Amino acid sequence: MKYLSEFRDPKLAGKLLDEIREMVTRPWAVMEVCGGQTHSIIRNGIDQLLPKEVELIHGPGCPVCVTPLDMIDRALEIASKREVIFCSFGDMLRVPGSEKDLFQVRSEGGDVRVVYSPLDALKVARENPDKEVVFFGIGFETTAPANAMAVFQAAQQSLGNFSMLVSHVLVPPALAAIMESPESRVQGFLAAGHVCSVMGYEQYLPLAEKYRVPIVVTGFEPLDLLEGLRRVVRQLEEGRAEVENAYPRAVTRKGNRPANEMLERVFETSDRSWRGIGEIPQSGWRLRTEFADFDAALRFSVSVRTREPSVCRSGEVLQGILKPPQCSAFGKECTPRRPLGATMVSSEGACAAYYLHRRLEEPVPWT
Amino acid sequence: MDLSGRTCPLPIQDFPLVVLGHGGGGKLSAELVEHLFLPAFGMDGALGDAAVLQVGEEQLCFSTDSFVVTPLFFPGGNIGELAVNGTINDLAMMGGKPLYLSCGFILEEGFSIEELSRIAQAMGRAAREAGVRLVTGDTKVVERGHGHGVYINTSGIGLIPPGRKVGPGRARPGDAVIVSGPIGNHGMAVMSVREGLEFETTIESDTAALHPLVELLMESPEEIRALRDPTRGGIASALNELAAASHVSIVLEESLIPVDDSVRAACELLGLDPLYVANEGKLLAIVECEKADVIVKKLRSHALGEGACVIGKVVAEHPGLVGMRTTLGATRVVDTQIGEQLPRIC
Repeated sequence: MKYLSEFRDPKLAGKLLDEIREMVTRPWAVMEVCGGQTHSIIRNGIDQLLPKEVELIHGPGCPVCVTPLDMIDRALEIASKREVIFCSFGDMLRVPGSEKDLFQVRSEGGDVRVVYSPLDALKVARENPDKEVVFFGIGFETTAPANAMAVFQAAQQSLGNFSMLVSHVLVPPALAAIMESPESRVQGFLAAGHVCSVMGYEQYLPLAEKYRVPIVVTGFEPLDLLEGLRRVVRQLEEGRAEVENAYPRAVTRKGNRPANEMLERVFETSDRSWRGIGEIPQSGWRLRTEFADFDAALRFSVSVRTREPSVCRSGEVLQGILKPPQCSAFGKECTPRRPLGATMVSSEGACAAYYLHRRLEEPVPWT
Repeated sequence: MDLSGRTCPLPIQDFPLVVLGHGGGGKLSAELVEHLFLPAFGMDGALGDAAVLQVGEEQLCFSTDSFVVTPLFFPGGNIGELAVNGTINDLAMMGGKPLYLSCGFILEEGFSIEELSRIAQAMGRAAREAGVRLVTGDTKVVERGHGHGVYINTSGIGLIPPGRKVGPGRARPGDAVIVSGPIGNHGMAVMSVREGLEFETTIESDTAALHPLVELLMESPEEIRALRDPTRGGIASALNELAAASHVSIVLEESLIPVDDSVRAACELLGLDPLYVANEGKLLAIVECEKADVIVKKLRSHALGEGACVIGKVVAEHPGLVGMRTTLGATRVVDTQIGEQLPRIC
């Protein structure tokens, strides 16, 4: 299959692993930024196959996980309103707020719909002129262009019954925050391929230089990940700290220009708090004043009182300080059935990936 | 054992209302059955696809299933043949020869009679082809807005010939796990239509009555330990149930699991895992290891089992778990899903 089986070939994977084994001389800690990468690593068992010197630290790049609790509570409040059709990506439905999740809002009578694109939500708004249609615009730079486009089109079409609850986050400020953290052990990054396909990799050059850290733009298939790791380890072994692109089939230096123009037009950067991590300056996008009419946070005045489960340590997991099984609640109070934090919910969350695929101390026997 | 005083050991208090996941065939569904229905009915013990009943000298199997699929019509079939084949398959998985079916219709006011006729025709055709008779039924109509066009319930009775013993609790370490063909086709066929997704090739549902395959397997009933049709929740959920019921672990070999390219591509696009996607015309067989190759050959001799192959084996370590050796040679756990599979954000 095009672009799929080619990047899962076990023979080529073996060759890349051999190369990494041959060049590594001492321990290195490498963070894969994106939750999609974490999931692929755990699902394919790539971390089990690496030489013991190469440690993978799972990064904060799970959009569902870092969406702040007060924003989720806000979403739950808005979704519960009688006049609202609340549209969201599927992942968000099971993320726990302080009291409940969107699935429960739906079972209580809220009109909560799963859509695959914010543009589908526009269609829902056109078809239901007597309803308020709200889209939950969360995610990293990857989902942002389509969200920007939806708001832009709503403005063009004067679609007064559409609005968006925006909670966008940006990767580069998060990487800077991780490197500034005294607890961080990260020595190299696998940058998120999808984010870079939108934004390009130019914005990572100053980071690599300032923090003397190699950053390799990396895809999501097993061979992509191994190639990214091979390049990071080679840079570390050679004492280099550069930005490399190991995902050229999707990523260019400048990224997707029309997408960036749309983002620039609709959003402006703002401070943003990350669930489990805290506020990171200039790490998010909000709607520009020009599009304030479409801001669901302004349109619906809701008051929320948030309550984070005290035992959940997802913040440390998201910063790569703690591996999921090291949390005392992991697999006990906290399971995908009764998640305490978003990292146990999302298919990209590190805790869920470990719970689903890695609950055994010793490997499954296969002889 | 007196069950009259038994109360629900785990009140489902964190879900005061029914959520969609309670019908998803995963953990939430199982909890509802285990903690709410079974204690209320005074029942206990392992549940198979159908109840096995001793009536005089004969062993009967009895099963029921409700069909609420959206859309009603999809590539490869409609809700009608699904309702007939689904219950036939539940009977067949207990080693039964399906004989009679009942059908209950819940229709929504305003539903097209022409479409209802097409659904009924499909049911009649599927039953004839399967050699099963639809013998009793019921029709109710609910007000517009209180149903989704048509819901169908079918129940079925089958006869288990002497000498056949299959059940979810009979897998033993060393046994082989066989699947009768590529997985995930039904779920992705339905989802493609539901979400308006178009792919280069149309994915068709695999809906089929599987008792002819079971009859082939039952030529040597002593070689067959357990049978399952992996519907909702896919092969992952079915194998987890088998592993739990038999107190064994099942280990899959990822590279051996057959998935059509189109299904794999559709799953990738939506961020779904084919292991959890529904099938309506595939069976899983746990069989005696030494006979596995012969059994695969036998299955392949039938059109419904053309893609049959061994995908894993039963081991004693980690009872109740399903594991998998990945294509790259690492290992991971394959868990039951909680509720519905959710499409990913990006």
